[in-house]
Amino acid sequence: MKMRHVLSALVQNQPGVLAHISGMLASRGFNIDSLAVGETENPDLSHMTFVVHGDDAELEQVRKQLDKVVTVVRVEDISSEDFVERDLMLIKVKADAGQRTELVLLVQMFRARVVDISPGTLLIEISGQERKIEAFIELMRPYGIVELARTGRIAMVRGIPNQKGDS
Amino acid sequence: MSAMTNTPLCGADILVQCLVNQGVEVVFAYPGGASMPLHQSLTRFENRIRTILPRHEQGGGFAACGYARATGKVGVCMATSGPGATNFVTCLADAKMDSTPIVAITGQVGTSVLGTDAFQETPIIEVCRAITKHHYQVMHTEDLPRIIKEAFHVARTGRPGPVIVDVPKDVQNRTILPDWDPPMNLPGYRPFRRANRDQLAQVLEEIRRSKKPIIYGGGGLIAAEAAAQLRIFAERTGIPVALTLHGLGAFPSEHFLCLQMLGMHGTVYANYAINDADLLLALGVRFDDRVTGKVSEFAKHGRIVHIDVDPSELNKNKVAHLPIVSDVGQAIADLNQMLDEEQYAELTRGGRYGDWVRQIESWRETEALRYPERDDAILPQHAIHRLWQIVRERGMLDETIVTTGVGQHQMWAAQYFRFNSPRHWITSGGLGSMGYGLPSAIGAQVAFPNRTVIDIDGDGSFLMNIQELACAHTADLPVKVLLLNNQHLGMVVQWEDRFYQSNRAHTYLGAGHDEEPYPDFVALAKGFKCGARSVSRKEDLDEALEEMLDAKGPYVLDVLVPHQEHVLPMIPSGATVRDIIKA
Repeated sequence: MKMRHVLSALVQNQPGVLAHISGMLASRGFNIDSLAVGETENPDLSHMTFVVHGDDAELEQVRKQLDKVVTVVRVEDISSEDFVERDLMLIKVKADAGQRTELVLLVQMFRARVVDISPGTLLIEISGQERKIEAFIELMRPYGIVELARTGRIAMVRGIPNQKGDS
Repeated sequence: MSAMTNTPLCGADILVQCLVNQGVEVVFAYPGGASMPLHQSLTRFENRIRTILPRHEQGGGFAACGYARATGKVGVCMATSGPGATNFVTCLADAKMDSTPIVAITGQVGTSVLGTDAFQETPIIEVCRAITKHHYQVMHTEDLPRIIKEAFHVARTGRPGPVIVDVPKDVQNRTILPDWDPPMNLPGYRPFRRANRDQLAQVLEEIRRSKKPIIYGGGGLIAAEAAAQLRIFAERTGIPVALTLHGLGAFPSEHFLCLQMLGMHGTVYANYAINDADLLLALGVRFDDRVTGKVSEFAKHGRIVHIDVDPSELNKNKVAHLPIVSDVGQAIADLNQMLDEEQYAELTRGGRYGDWVRQIESWRETEALRYPERDDAILPQHAIHRLWQIVRERGMLDETIVTTGVGQHQMWAAQYFRFNSPRHWITSGGLGSMGYGLPSAIGAQVAFPNRTVIDIDGDGSFLMNIQELACAHTADLPVKVLLLNNQHLGMVVQWEDRFYQSNRAHTYLGAGHDEEPYPDFVALAKGFKCGARSVSRKEDLDEALEEMLDAKGPYVLDVLVPHQEHVLPMIPSGATVRDIIKA
């Protein structure tokens, strides 16, 4: 059965690691919905989060093929655990003076933030789960979306994660 | 060259000293602008490391593969940047597919011009990521000792494979005082895997329940140096053994439990036995499509135990009932120890599989490997069979290494030259690289100067790296070439005959059917100052083979053979054992 999985990986922070991993996933035909990467508190390591759609067999292969990459330190499928996931989005919406109040109300309801105002636009920052972000986009559509940028998903298990075997 | 003193050295000297520290005794290296400092350094180390000059970088890369497969040690090749480096691409892909441990060192343009499309600049690391086990671009001379140490460690441990190290010219030239023994920085690399007792106990319980077990053994057995343990295991349990192309030699071909090769051109009896088995012990294999045919039908009547050191091979092509991540040699050794225990005594009692063995023996009798008897021509199968018989009669089997190109001759060599021990058979399996035979023979000959190394080749494959005859002559490497010359790309011709109504689509390599065979391989070989002779009459074959084996230097025996022969038996691509073509 095809399911949505979230994989969390620690990789060595070296040039080319992202290219290596994305190339490997593409050449093996794995479908990645989202991929986010950033440094961790340790400058030698980066954290990567993958969202993958696939059945159990595909997921097993994605995980093993990732693990096989020499620069990948650890990879876990955290889908079955209690985890927090977040997207971050910047969205620029058309807003004349008369619409601003209405928009700010929506921004507050979604716990988003207005980060810039120009005579004709509002620039809004919002973070949260994918569904919330999608819902916010739909609400903004009627006003006219000028520009939109999203990060990939980042995710982390709550509490102290279970130590799993590495095979 | 004084080594590892406290005097500053240039990067090239540091790199070559690191090779010495890794036990490297030979490099196959073709120079160019961006690797000149390395070559200059190699001259300073010439009493420590032998440098062999191939005549094409691909020849050097395949020679490193041949050296690695013959010895189990890491093969080393070196080339300049740009076209030198890109000529390694096929070798690296080959080594990745066949798990061959090699380290390829490439020169690169200086760091100040990297990324500017400088002369002979190729982003070779970008090109090679997917076809190497690991890769490095060295940006600081200080990193060389650590990177070379890591490169060899990664290449030879776990599932072996190729590592490329790209070294910009200024990194080779800069002089520093190196740290000779820095720690490795490989936090994510865990190559050492060993099955635990519980897992192995489950394997033995599977065997206890089985009435028709079979071992499907592959190249992993050879990489893990597992042949001796496998023999003990098979003899004690009485389980028959079928081998993949790369498994040949992991179990003695002349052993009564050996069913020879399985798969597309494997023996009928091996494929019948695999299909009929109720337990498949898959050891150091990857369920390649040339073995399985239609994978859902492969071994579908049995339970599958799969042991491999690479976790990603388990459940990749075929789901195993019992997948075990382990060094396969260690796993078999541990199984052998457990067989000593009272609770498993039953498993080593003789005659457990009487009916099964009798069934296999009757298939072996009725479905033996065979080829037509002809007196008016030399059939390629006959030439190989005679070569094997003569080598055997001379008592030379243990000191004879066979390499091949890719195609019909390769499959016939796998069928009719019988290997009783590992590392005597060197061939390009996964990638199927034509042109592999001569350079890999050169690599094996460098490793074992006193053995007989024979490249069994086809005219198509041989021509792809024929320039390496110059390497063989000048480096004094007496490799022999048994050239099965049918003037065609035989394997493609066979598929044309079977699947394309014999329409010849650029598979004829000669100069015209009314002309002499083309090219004149004897003249070519003599041009390279190698011994050579051509034979076409069956009665001349034995004497010509003897002459080849007795030749002191490199020698090409050009055997003219008909192109109409097909490699049989054959399970067509994607088909099943029921579709086996026997004639």
